[in-house]
Amino acid sequence: MTELFMLIAAKYNYWLYIILMMIGLYAMIAKNNLMKKLVGMNIFQTAIILFYVSIGFKHNATIPIIMGDHGHGGHGAAIHAADYINPVPHVLMLTAIVVSVATFGVAMALCVRVYQRYHTLEEDELRMRLSEK
Amino acid sequence: MIHYPAVVVIASLLGAFIAGILAWVQERYTYPAALIATGISCAAAVWDLIYVAGHGPIAYHMAGWAPPMGIEYRIDTLNAMVLVLITAIAFLNLAASWPNVKQEMPDRSPSFYVMYLLFVVGLTGVASTGDLFNLYVLIEITSLSSYTMIALGDRDRGPISALNYVFVGVIGASFYLLGVGYIYIKTGTLNMAEFAAMIPNIQDSTTILTAFILCIVGVFIKMALFPLHVWLPNAYSYAPVGFARIVAPLMTKVMVYVMVRLMITVFGLDYIFIKLHIADTIVWLGTIAILAGGVMALAQTNLKKMLAYIIVCEIGYMVGGAWLGNDSGITGAVLHILNDGIMTFALFLAVGNMVYKLDRVEIKDLKGLFAGMPWTMTGFVLAAFSIVGVPPTCGFFSKWYLILGAFEAGAWHFAAALLISSLICAVLFFKVFEVCFFESPDTHDGPGSDAHGHHTTVAIQEAPAISLAVLGIAGISLIVVGLYSKTIVVRLIWPLLNP
Repeated sequence: MTELFMLIAAKYNYWLYIILMMIGLYAMIAKNNLMKKLVGMNIFQTAIILFYVSIGFKHNATIPIIMGDHGHGGHGAAIHAADYINPVPHVLMLTAIVVSVATFGVAMALCVRVYQRYHTLEEDELRMRLSEK
Repeated sequence: MIHYPAVVVIASLLGAFIAGILAWVQERYTYPAALIATGISCAAAVWDLIYVAGHGPIAYHMAGWAPPMGIEYRIDTLNAMVLVLITAIAFLNLAASWPNVKQEMPDRSPSFYVMYLLFVVGLTGVASTGDLFNLYVLIEITSLSSYTMIALGDRDRGPISALNYVFVGVIGASFYLLGVGYIYIKTGTLNMAEFAAMIPNIQDSTTILTAFILCIVGVFIKMALFPLHVWLPNAYSYAPVGFARIVAPLMTKVMVYVMVRLMITVFGLDYIFIKLHIADTIVWLGTIAILAGGVMALAQTNLKKMLAYIIVCEIGYMVGGAWLGNDSGITGAVLHILNDGIMTFALFLAVGNMVYKLDRVEIKDLKGLFAGMPWTMTGFVLAAFSIVGVPPTCGFFSKWYLILGAFEAGAWHFAAALLISSLICAVLFFKVFEVCFFESPDTHDGPGSDAHGHHTTVAIQEAPAISLAVLGIAGISLIVVGLYSKTIVVRLIWPLLNP
C-alpha cells in the first residue's frame, strides 16, 4: 500500500492532470446547461496545459535565462542544461492557450446566438424546441 | 531555396488579411481578393506536385530555422497530391459558390470569405507541415474557422450543430495534443522525421504506445469514424452551401491524410503492423463504419443528410484500407483520399445547385428534376456512379485496390462490407434518381399530364452558368483521374511506400 502511495506521490502531476481532465470531461458529457459544458471544456483544456507545463520542470533548476558569466560576455563557457528548466513545453503552451481562448470565445459567441434564438441554454429544452419544428 | 511550399499556405493567409481589410474599405473587392489568393495557392501547389514528382521530397525550413529548432514543411508526393486536391477544390468552389453565398447571406458575405480563406490556410498547413505540434495548431485553425462558418448556415439549427461540433472537436484535438506531449517526454523532439529516426530504438516503450493511441483516437474523433461520428451529419447539412461544398470533401479526407502520415512517416509501418497488434481491430472498426454509415444513409429523407452519412461510410473505406497492412490496402486508401475528395465535391456541387433553386432538398421534393436541371443532374449521376464504383469513373479504381488489399490480407469481412456498401449506395442513388426522373412535379394535379409544357406556377430552372461550369470540371476530372489512376499510383503513391 505504501508503495502505491509512493508511486502516486512521485508522479502527482500526472494524477492531478488526469483528475482535472476527467472533471472537465464529466462536465462536458453530463451537464445540461451549455455554459456549464463550456466551463467543463475549459477545464479539460487547462488540464492538458498543466500537464505540459509540469513536464518542463527540473529539480534545482532555474528559469531559462542564462546567468552571469554565461551571458553575452562569457563566450565558450559551458552551459549546463540541467541548471535550467526546459522552456519548450512552456512556449508550446503559449500557443495552446491562445487556441483554447479562441475556442472558448467562438463557443461563447455560439451560445449567445443560441440564446438569442431560443431564450434558453438548457439542452433538454433546446431539444424539445427543435423537435417541435 | 524553393519557396513554393510556403507560398501555398501564405498566399491564403495574406489573402485573408487583405480580404478582411477590404471588407472595411470596399466590400465588393473581398470576393476577387479571395479568388486570387486561392488561385495563387493552387498554382503553387501544382508547381510543388510537378517538382516533387520529378526531384523527390522538398524539406522547407520555415523562416530559415533548421529542423530540430524551427518548423519544417516537408512535401513529398502524398502531401503534394493532397495539397493540389485542397487548393483546387478551394479555388473551384469559391468560383462556383458566389451565387449561393450572395443568396444565403447577402449581409455577411465578406466575413464568410475571410473565414473561408483561413479554413484553406488550416487545411493546406495540416497537409504540408512536418512538425507534430504545428499540426495541432493548424488542425485547430481549420476547426475554429469551420465552427464559425457552420454557425452562419441554417438559422435555427446552425449554431447548435456548430456547438456540438465544438465540444467533440475540442476533445479530439486535445487527445492529439496529449499524445504529442507523451512523444515529447520520451524523445524531446517534435519534428516528424527526427522522431521517425528514433522510433526503432524505443519500440518497447509504453510511453510511445500511449502517445500513439492518444494521437490516433484524437484523429479518429476529428475524422468522424463511426462511433465518433455523431457531430458530422448535422454540422455538414446545416452549414451554408458554399461551406458544405468544401468541408464535406476536404475536412475528413485531410484527417485521413493525417492518420496515413502518422502511420507511414511518424510511427512507421514496422512499428504499427509488427509491434502493435491492433490492426485487425481497426479493420473491424472500418467494416462497422462502412455498414453503419450505409444503413443510416438508407434511413434519411433529406438529400444532404443522406450524403453526410455516405461520408461516414467512406471514412470506413479509408481507415479499414490503411490498416489492412499491405501495399494494396494503403494504395487504395491513399487513392481514395483523392477520389473521394473529387466525388464528394461533385455531389455537393450538384446538391448546392439544387438548393439554390429549390431551397430545400427533401428527397420527395426533387420530382421532375431531370427535366428542369438536366446538366446538374448529369453531374450528380456521374458522381453517384463514382461513389457506387462504376468502372470508367475514379471511384472504381480505389475500391478495386481496397478489395485487392482485403483479399491479400484475408480480411473477408472488409471485402464483404465494401461490396455490400456499393450495393447500398446503388440503392440509395437509384431511389433519388427514381424521384427525379420518373415522378413529375407537383404543379400538376391530373395524373395524365406530362412533365413539359405546363409549368404554370414554379418552373425549375438550371443553376447559374458558373456553378454548372465548375460542376462540369469536377465531372470531367472524375473520369480523367479514373483513366490516369495507374499513373497516379505508380508515380505518386508507390514511391511513398517503397522509398
